[in-house]
Amino acid sequence: MSTKNIEEKQYLIRFKADTKSHLTVLDHDICMTKCPDKICTIFCPAEVYKWEGLRMQVGYEGCHECGSCRIGCPYQNIKWEYPKGGHGIVFRLA
Amino acid sequence: MSEKFDVIVVGAGPAGTSCAYTCAKNGLKVLQIERGEYPGSKNVMGGVLYRQQMEEIIPEFWKEAPLERPVIEQRFWMMDKESAVTFGYKGLEWGMEPYNNFTVLRAPFDQWFAKKGVEQGVLLVNETVVLECIVENGKVVGVRTDRPDGEVYADVVVLADGVNSLLGKQLGFHKEFRPDEVALTVMEVINLSKDKINDRFNLEENQGCTIEIFGDSTKGNLGTAFIYTNKESINIGVGTTLSSMIKAKLKPYDLLDYLKTHPMVRPLMEGGESLEYLAHLIPEGGYHSVPKVAGNGVLLVGDAAQLVNAIHREGSNMAMKSGKMAAEAIIEAKNRNDFSESSLNKYREALYDSFIMKDLEKYKDAAHVFEHYPQYFNEYVPMINRAASKFFTVDGTSKKDKQKQIMRSITGERGKLKVIQDMFRAWKAVK
Repeated sequence: MSTKNIEEKQYLIRFKADTKSHLTVLDHDICMTKCPDKICTIFCPAEVYKWEGLRMQVGYEGCHECGSCRIGCPYQNIKWEYPKGGHGIVFRLA
Repeated sequence: MSEKFDVIVVGAGPAGTSCAYTCAKNGLKVLQIERGEYPGSKNVMGGVLYRQQMEEIIPEFWKEAPLERPVIEQRFWMMDKESAVTFGYKGLEWGMEPYNNFTVLRAPFDQWFAKKGVEQGVLLVNETVVLECIVENGKVVGVRTDRPDGEVYADVVVLADGVNSLLGKQLGFHKEFRPDEVALTVMEVINLSKDKINDRFNLEENQGCTIEIFGDSTKGNLGTAFIYTNKESINIGVGTTLSSMIKAKLKPYDLLDYLKTHPMVRPLMEGGESLEYLAHLIPEGGYHSVPKVAGNGVLLVGDAAQLVNAIHREGSNMAMKSGKMAAEAIIEAKNRNDFSESSLNKYREALYDSFIMKDLEKYKDAAHVFEHYPQYFNEYVPMINRAASKFFTVDGTSKKDKQKQIMRSITGERGKLKVIQDMFRAWKAVK
């Protein structure tokens, strides 16, 4: 059984990315000063969030739209909307 | 889109389509709005669809719906690092009409089901997000979409917008969910030939098997893993409460790979290739997390109403049943021409009177108990494995002495009183 790393897993999925992000980190300072774990970078199933030293990079194009980051952010610091109609992830199978 | 409908259904999963289908079949003018490219493109489940509630909507659906396999065997594993204690039930009666349940792939299934609704007269509009409910004088009168001039009106709006239900939150029917009220689950669809699946799972033509795995499948965290057989693929997934994931600092995809390469699982997957990777939340708060489900001109169904029985992995059936009951309440309300909360509360009454809320009530404390007392998953499962190993290993010790040793090792590890407390607590939570 081949395991695939998260990048390879993400390549299995079809995305129809919008030009504008449906995910917004409201205040990057909160991530920097109050959130040592940057826990969203760990539990996000698509590794959408990557800490870049000063700010949170949000790779919304690969988002599964599960909602975990909105609920799991300890500081309610993520504004979470649905991508524009017809955009975002497109599951073909299950 | 300025015309008025009898009903607007937001979402084209099992709950929304059951409601839309039933309303349209009874002559109501129904608009169903789906944000995905097609119904099913945003929808995820492990893959077990129960026959009973689906058949109440479309009799003998198995003759035409895109199903994978009828499930004839359900296995349960309490898994440790290099062992598993297993039990289950296999019955050929489940392989015959009227069947118990089927494995399905949701993207094809949801498209088929929504098409059945369209055949009944539902107007299905894809690729459209409902941004908010339009509320006038304390009554929901329509929805605002992300289309130009995208306001549409109806007597009743049914929120079948899934686990996140931003619309339910907008109306104040529920607050934001807590991380212990949802399970983050990831899965992969693994390509495997029919022959290999039949050999490895001891199946014949058109027979399916499900395996639920507790213990090391989640590294002892509150959650489960599953392996479901499709026709020529396998769904393998794992989830824990989001709170457990956060506490244990787990990456869900790492947990999935841990499962796939686990020595108890690996031989089943050998040679398989991943076709798709999917993540989704499951509403697992149970009885206490069910929001207000009826208001003036509005109803909540399915995951949006948090209707999932996590212990029995039932969800889509509750979605369908709730969608159908919502439709029935709407049809009655239409006859009275009264869409107020008190009129639509017929749905709430039916819901609380059905197996759905009865089952959720039965297990209302289970999630809480297992969340706060993690020993069931991270201590008892390994303990049971050690006990089985000891009991079944022939080493010249008498069976009676073995039993004594096992009991002593169990009570010795946790203390007799603690074990009794644990057992009583677990029994109370699921009785």
